[in-house]
Amino acid sequence: MTSALDITQAVKPPRAVFLNFPLGHQTGKPNQPDLQRQIVKDAMRAFETIARPGTIVELPYVWDPNDRTWETRDYTKGWMPERPSKEEADREEAERRARYAK
Amino acid sequence: MPVAYIPRTRELYADYNNPYRWVTNDSAPWTPLRKPIAECKVALISSGGIMYRDQPRFHREDASYRRIPKDATRADLNIWHFGYPTRDAQQDPNCVFPWERLKELEREKVIGALSDPCFSFMGGIYSARKVRDELAPQIADDLKRAHVDAFYLVPA
Repeated sequence: MTSALDITQAVKPPRAVFLNFPLGHQTGKPNQPDLQRQIVKDAMRAFETIARPGTIVELPYVWDPNDRTWETRDYTKGWMPERPSKEEADREEAERRARYAK
Repeated sequence: MPVAYIPRTRELYADYNNPYRWVTNDSAPWTPLRKPIAECKVALISSGGIMYRDQPRFHREDASYRRIPKDATRADLNIWHFGYPTRDAQQDPNCVFPWERLKELEREKVIGALSDPCFSFMGGIYSARKVRDELAPQIADDLKRAHVDAFYLVPA
């Protein structure tokens, strides 16, 4: 699966399926199981249909037909949400571990 | 238009001392699929930084990986990754780790089986050597032991 066409063309995996969605959504949008299932099903089908090494199949799904501005905004300086401080991250981690402790 | 990630990565890392170097390969390796996908045992590998329950959190430069039981529930899964906005995947890991969808496709006999466990690592690893010589061979050993027919690699 890939959402980075140029990187995949450079790396050349045996078989690839390209979905033009923002990073973090390579198999679809959250809580949209029908779309996710279709994407994953298309990818499974590609195992059988791709016959030439390095082929990249492009899927037809569009992230938002009314707004393609993410394509110019994403993955440029300042695009990532601010990360929690180290203290905050450590506290979250301690909470996470405690949640599952027997 | 697909995002041009290579030039944008160069720009993002322009202030660092070393220029960003890419892995490029001249050809694609190939192993033919020997039976229909409906009869194949398929493994899921996600580079989205998924952790199961109290498994250790990922960190920068981390080339380790986690084994995630296929019967994990959403409440069992958490995500750590510095390289993509993880909010949507935290809410629904199927965005980058479609284990629930693959279990449905197993029930519908679209695939033979989803191999257990699934795998995840945190794909923000700057050393291609670490991936090639440490991470990939270990996962490959796991896949061989599980006798999988195909693996589905989902980046994030």
